[in-house]
Amino acid sequence: MITQPTGTPMVEVARDNVIELERVTKVYRTGSISVAALRGVSLTIKEGEYVAIIGPSGSGKSTLMHILGCLDVPSSGRYHLAGEDVSHMSETALAEVRNRSIGFVFQQFNLLSSLTAWQNVELPLTYAGVARSERKERAMEALARVGLAGRVNHRPGELSGGQQQRVAVARALVTEPDLILADEPTGNLDSKSAADVMRLMGDLYENGRTIVLITHDSDVAGAAGRVVGIRDGLLSERDESHLESQSIR
Amino acid sequence: MNWLETLRTGVNGVRSHRMRSSLTVLGILIGIAGVIIAVGLGEGASSQVTSEINALGSNVLTVTPGSSTSTTGIREALGSASTLTMADVSALQSRVDAPDIKAVAPITSDDEVLTAGSETATTSVQGTTTSWLAVRGRTLAEGRFLDNQDVKDHTAVGVLGATTASELFTRGDPVGQTVDVDGVPVTIVGVLTSTGASSSSSSTTSDPDDTLIIPISTGAERIFGGTSRNSVSSIAIQSESAGDLTGAYQEADHLLLQLHGITTASDADFTITSEASLIAADTSVDHTLTILLGGIAAVSLIVGGIGVMNIMLVSVTERIREIGLRKALGATPRVIRRQFLVEASVLGILGGILGVVAGILGVLYLPGLIGDPMTTSATAAVGALAIALAIGVLFGVYPASRAAALAPIDALRSE
Repeated sequence: MITQPTGTPMVEVARDNVIELERVTKVYRTGSISVAALRGVSLTIKEGEYVAIIGPSGSGKSTLMHILGCLDVPSSGRYHLAGEDVSHMSETALAEVRNRSIGFVFQQFNLLSSLTAWQNVELPLTYAGVARSERKERAMEALARVGLAGRVNHRPGELSGGQQQRVAVARALVTEPDLILADEPTGNLDSKSAADVMRLMGDLYENGRTIVLITHDSDVAGAAGRVVGIRDGLLSERDESHLESQSIR
Repeated sequence: MNWLETLRTGVNGVRSHRMRSSLTVLGILIGIAGVIIAVGLGEGASSQVTSEINALGSNVLTVTPGSSTSTTGIREALGSASTLTMADVSALQSRVDAPDIKAVAPITSDDEVLTAGSETATTSVQGTTTSWLAVRGRTLAEGRFLDNQDVKDHTAVGVLGATTASELFTRGDPVGQTVDVDGVPVTIVGVLTSTGASSSSSSTTSDPDDTLIIPISTGAERIFGGTSRNSVSSIAIQSESAGDLTGAYQEADHLLLQLHGITTASDADFTITSEASLIAADTSVDHTLTILLGGIAAVSLIVGGIGVMNIMLVSVTERIREIGLRKALGATPRVIRRQFLVEASVLGILGGILGVVAGILGVLYLPGLIGDPMTTSATAAVGALAIALAIGVLFGVYPASRAAALAPIDALRSE
């Protein structure tokens, strides 16, 4: 595998495209029944874009999120993430790509309850092999960035839902990833906390982060600059003003 | 992620599930402590036997009356005949006929009640000659041993074993005191040094420290009475060296057959045994005991190991979200496997260390409760620790591989 510094594209052509999906399908087989969750999806997302993928449950949006997040590989088609073809990578190589290029924000926050806020945030840096003192420093910076400088030593159980999700955002930020992938980030929050988190996402976008937001809620999707619909395993571009986007089918 | 980070994560994993971890550790602790106590018991028993062998001397033969081939049926019961006499003793003492025999001590013995003031004790009273001390390889703690004059004059003097001395004379010096033996006042002239071998260990030898030694003549004339004054209960023979034991055996056998007018060796009316051979049989019993105890302890260790595996499997299932998250954040399967292996090893080592501590405490304090000697063995402690670690790793491999093989999406999806 060719390793490269974060954010530096391997192929010149792909400089600006963080995500390139080409006719990606995903078929699940359970016994004799196969279910096509994605039926040929092509999508290009450029660096610095804020894209919402909206669809009802069963539309294939979770499957798309898994593939975009390198948590799963497509059955067919190609996926380039930050210029790197990740369609056929091994589990170990995918783990390294996730660590380096993707920051996850989950609906369930997914913080480790036995660790403090800053220890949760430093976790991806641990797997990246960053030295201990630098990890702590960067975790503290990321927590300050999401407005939790005063809560660094609190454990998740001592934080509100909104605060926990901000810790999760800090964890997604701390590795300076190519892509922040948020899966229903406001699904478990009250409206005020949800607004806080969405404001935070907006700030990150202003600062040039590439964000993909997956949701079923059109109000949440409205915050994004570009909205892509998904239904029955196929994509459709919602906002025609985005002329540069290349939605196929 | 280096090993130090993995260790930190693993220790953290153990610490964050305190109750579960401590129960698992307890399982291993019991197994390890069991091994150390079992080995301690076994080694304690065999080292006691070894000290008894040393006390008896490896160059000592004992001649006892009776048949060595009781299976022929017509013979009298073993040991019942009073076939050994002082004449046999004199013959065996001959340097010409028995050059390999260094010393001979005739022994007559009987259990008698000893009384000293208000204290009484039932003990084995042995009548013998001056050579007994050397033949038995014993020394005196204080006073003197019997001398030739005592034997010649039938003097009522005696030498006490250490245990008997402390039983009869709880306070003060026994030397110079008088002990009443079956109505005969016996003056104590000396006390034997303790052999260190305690009473409970061995069924084939009586406690060498619980005895009263008197001149053989005094015993025959004034205390034991009854049977022929010339007969003896047994004869102890000391060879010139351990290497001459066989020669001494042959000489004694030959001489006694001749004296007793027996032509066929199989008709002999006496038995010659080496004391060491009796104890060797005892040692093998102790050896079997060690193996048995060790086996039980090993089984409990395996049960402890299965406990580790069980807990680790539960842990993998329960922490499926954590595993998924760690994988999503970039943990490779190898890192996850190591994390769970380290957790299992930490449980194993923790159980091992605490088990060694508990085992050593047991070895130190249990003998006071059960009366059996025990030995702490560094080999057992180090071995047990290694076993505990091996158990952690061995029984952690499968759960760790399960954790490593989990697909991140399946892990994240589970509620």
